[in-house]
Order: sequence, then C-alpha cells, then structure tokens
Amino acid sequence: MTSLVARRRIVDVASKILMGAATAIGVFFLFWIIWTTAVNGISGMHWDLFTKDTPPPGINGYGLRNAFVGSLILLSLSMLIGVPIGVMGGTWLAEYGFHSRIANIVRFLNDIMLSAPSIEIGLFAYAIVVAPMGHFSAFAGSVALSVLMIPIIVRTTDEMLSLVGGDMREAAIALGAPKWVVITKVTWKAARPGILTGILIGLARITGETAPLLFTALNNQFFSADLFHPMANIPVVIFQFALSPYANWQQMAWAAAFITVMFVLVLSLVARWFLGRVQVPK
Amino acid sequence: MNGSDAAVRTEMGPVSEEPKSLGRTWRLSGDFFFHKAAVLGAFIAAAALFATVIAIAYDSRLSIQTFGIWKFLKSSDWDPVTQTFGSFPFIVGTLVSSTIAMVLGVPISFGIAVFIAEIAPAWIKRPVAGAIELLAAIPSIVYGLWGLLVFAPVFAKAEPWINNNIGAIPGIGLLFQGPPMGIGMLTAGIVLAIMVLPYISSIMRDVFMVVPSSLRESAYAMGATTWEVAWDIILPYTRSAVIGGIFLGLGRALGETMAVTFVIGNSNVLSTSLLMPGASIPSVLANEFTEATTPLYVSSLIYLGLILIAVTLVVRFLAVLLIRRLGRKEGAKT
Repeated sequence: MTSLVARRRIVDVASKILMGAATAIGVFFLFWIIWTTAVNGISGMHWDLFTKDTPPPGINGYGLRNAFVGSLILLSLSMLIGVPIGVMGGTWLAEYGFHSRIANIVRFLNDIMLSAPSIEIGLFAYAIVVAPMGHFSAFAGSVALSVLMIPIIVRTTDEMLSLVGGDMREAAIALGAPKWVVITKVTWKAARPGILTGILIGLARITGETAPLLFTALNNQFFSADLFHPMANIPVVIFQFALSPYANWQQMAWAAAFITVMFVLVLSLVARWFLGRVQVPK
Repeated sequence: MNGSDAAVRTEMGPVSEEPKSLGRTWRLSGDFFFHKAAVLGAFIAAAALFATVIAIAYDSRLSIQTFGIWKFLKSSDWDPVTQTFGSFPFIVGTLVSSTIAMVLGVPISFGIAVFIAEIAPAWIKRPVAGAIELLAAIPSIVYGLWGLLVFAPVFAKAEPWINNNIGAIPGIGLLFQGPPMGIGMLTAGIVLAIMVLPYISSIMRDVFMVVPSSLRESAYAMGATTWEVAWDIILPYTRSAVIGGIFLGLGRALGETMAVTFVIGNSNVLSTSLLMPGASIPSVLANEFTEATTPLYVSSLIYLGLILIAVTLVVRFLAVLLIRRLGRKEGAKT
C-alpha cells in the first residue's frame, strides 16, 4: 500500500515538474525571440530609416521610408475594406441570424476561415485581382489582408453583441426605435470596447503578414503611393533583406522586425485593455 | 420583420396603429438597407471560403490538364527548365515538418495548459498565460528571421552531438545523420513547434477551465493527485476539444510559410535525414512564385497551393467540428 502511495506521489511530483518545465520552455522562447529582436533591432536603428528610401543592392546606407509608408497605406486600405464587412457580418449573426441554422453555418464557415493559412488567402487575391489585372498591385495586397482580418472581426463582433443584455434592446424598442437605430445607437455602443478589441486583434494579425503580400503587393525599391502598382512594404522588405548578403540590409531587416514586433505588441496590449472594459452581463 | 423585434412589437399592439408620417417610411427604409448591408457582410464572410477554393482550383487548371492528378502527386520532378512539375517532395516536406512540430509541440502545449489551469498559483497564472499568448502575436516573418540568424547557428553546434548519439542508433539513426548546417527539416519542425504552442495550449487551457468543478473536486476528495485529475478526469472530459485544438495547431503548421521558408533549407530533392535541407509546399510557393515565368510554371505552383488547401481544409474542418462538440455538450447541460 505504501509503495502505491509513494509511486503515485512520485508520478505527481514528476508531472508537476515536467509541466512547469514545458511552461518554462514556452516563456523562454518568447523572451529569446523578443530579446534578440530588440538587441539587433535597436543597434540597427538609424534616423535615415525614416527619411530615406531603401538603398539599391550593395550600396551603403539606410532607408525604409517607402516601406513604412507602403505598409501604412496597405493596412489602412485593408481596414477600410475589412472593418465594415466584418462588423456588418458579425452584426447580422448576433442581431438577425441568432441561432438559426443558416447563422450557425455562417459561423462555422467563418471559424474555418479564421484559421486559414495566409498563403492560401494570398493565392486567392492573386487569382481574383492580380491575374485579371496582369500585374501585382497594392490593392491586391489590401484585398488579401482584409480577407484575413474579416473572420476575426466577424467573430468578435458576433460574440460581443451577444453579450449585450436584452433589457437594453427592449428598452430601446419600447421607445419606438426601429431595429437599425436600436443596433447602431444602443447595442453597438454598449459593445464598443469589444468590437474595437476585435478590430485591433485583426489589425495585429495582418501587420506582419508577409506570405500573402508576396503574391499581391510584392515590393518596390522606390517610393510609390500608386494603389494599382507594386508597393514597398515592411514584411516583404524584411524577407528580402534578411536573405541578402549585405550587412546593412540585414541590419535594416532587424530594425524593421523590431518596429513591427513593438507595433503588434502595443496593439495586443491595447486590445487587451479594451477587452478588460467589456461588461459581462451578470 | 423577424426575431425578437417582431415578437416585441406584436406584444405591444399592432404596428399599423403607429401614426403614418414621413418618419415612418424613413425608418423602414433605414431598416431595409441596414438589414441588407448586414446580410451582405455575413454573405462575404461565408462565401470567402468557397471563393478561395474555386479561384485557386480555376487558376491551376492548366497544370491539372497537363499533369493530371495522380501523376502530379507522385512525381518528384520539379524542373522549370524542362517544364515538368511534380509535387511529391513538397508534400512529404510539408507533412514531415508538421509532424515534427506536433510531436514536439503537443506535449509541451499540454504541459502549459495543465500548468496554467491546474497547478500554477493565481498570481503566476495571468502573466504566464499572457506570455504564452504573446507567442501568437509575433509575426511569422520574425520567427523566420530569428530562426535563420539566431537559432540555426546555435542549433548547428548541437547537430554533431545529435549525429554521434541519436544518429548512431540503428534504424531511426538514419533520420539524424548529416552535416551540421543548422537549417533543415528538423529546424523547421522545431520553429513550427514553438509557433503552434500558443494555439494548442490556449484551446486546451480554455476547455480545461470549463470542466465542471464538481467533477474535479469529487476526484480530489477521493484523494486523487493533481496528475490523476488532469489525466483521468479532465482529459477524458475534454477529449474532443483537445483533439480539435491539436488539429488547429496542425492546420497552422501545414500552412505556415515565412518561418519555414527561412529555415527549411529549400532543397527540392528529398533526403532521408531530418538534418538535411528540404522544402514544403508553402516554402516553394514563397521562393519561386515571383520567379515563375511561364504560365505552366505559375499554374503548377498554384496547383501545389490547391493541394495544400485540400489538406488544411479537412484538418480545419475537423478542428472546428471537434472543438464545438464540447461546447454543445456544455450547452445541453445548462
């Protein structure tokens, strides 16, 4: 009997140690990645990164201005396409579809899209925008990125609107407000921190996306704000510069990676802050 | 009119008793357009999946016509010069790197989930859970950059040891022989394992938390240890969702592009050793797509993408289905 107790205790202690170790491994890699990105990124920081365009191969110098501007344009355009579609889709699910069969099918399809590899979405945007137009373009890149963020926004909007209590809706309806006014003035307002969380998470997800841009926006060595031509952007610049033999290019890749990671981490923290303000019904 | 709105209105009295004014038509048309916009949003969200599959299948038609299905799947020739294309090495590369990721990532994810849900004291729970979730926030290109420039050189130092020890074992030793380059199939698998940790462990943790405390506490009351509660009570109760979480991670690993492209070594020739370079479907797409010059070349690359979609779609379908099953079980009880 005592040996059985001893054995069980040993298994228990050993498993606790192993699980603690597993957690330590995960946390260790997080710090290792962030640490090296920060060290290399900060040492690669240079004022010219923000004021000059990317230098040609083999030429000394720094500059990422065209890529920063390109990424900002791409992200803004993706939000312009993705946010309205995502919020309206989520609103339909929560306010019109409820738990009907069709709404559950939409939720299911949306959940499958939620975990779609970004490279598939890139090929999709290539097939519907780049191939018919005949050349790569920033617009195609934004289509790809918006398709990636829509499922995230649909899902969070749906969940957050469902959290809004029925009493508020009923009060508004009792005042004679039509349904769309109830939704825009009452439920959206009540769910605002939650919906904003979804939008921020969506934005964080697409910020560092590289694979879909390889098939769509590609890259541009020069400054361009033309939506219908290839546009420089940070992720593809990191990809090309990291694999290059030039020291200054590799340094710029680290600096760009560091800025991207910081941007995404700040977005995630702000999203979490908004999420903390979501009022869960009692 | 549908749903609760209609129900509430009829309770309040017939709608027709409202005064007929300009405001009323304006309100109704507002309702009409808002509803249509919402329907459109939901339709786009739902149709995107089908549109993706159809568009990619359509763009790979040239390659499908040229090589057929079976021949493309089993052929190892990938030669842009002679315009012959086959997908076998890339399919194997995708499956092997993802398998390594699962073998390493699933036990670690399980450990993390149990640690957070059952073992960790409250004050450590939140920061640790947050840190693991941050792993998912790091863009895959950064994993690639770190994998190639930081992890690979370190790993190259460990490879001679792997060669001498694991490589010496008859049988599986064959998988672990090769020059210490730091990059290759095994490196890709390790980086993928780190990347899937947050996805698998957060699903596991979430479902572990919904296990009714009556189950858990009755086991503890019977004198069960933490490990016995985790393995014999919590895991069986959440099994379907746990498998779903694993499939979700597998779907991520199969389709991961940038990180793999950086560290897999990009060789189109199959090798028996995991220490040797290889290629996966996403990595060959990322590497060769912009260089593809002929329509058949482009179409063959998209055909590879179609195969990837077919595989990941099945995996994701099962993942979502399995994760939802636990939710339904919960819903039925309350």
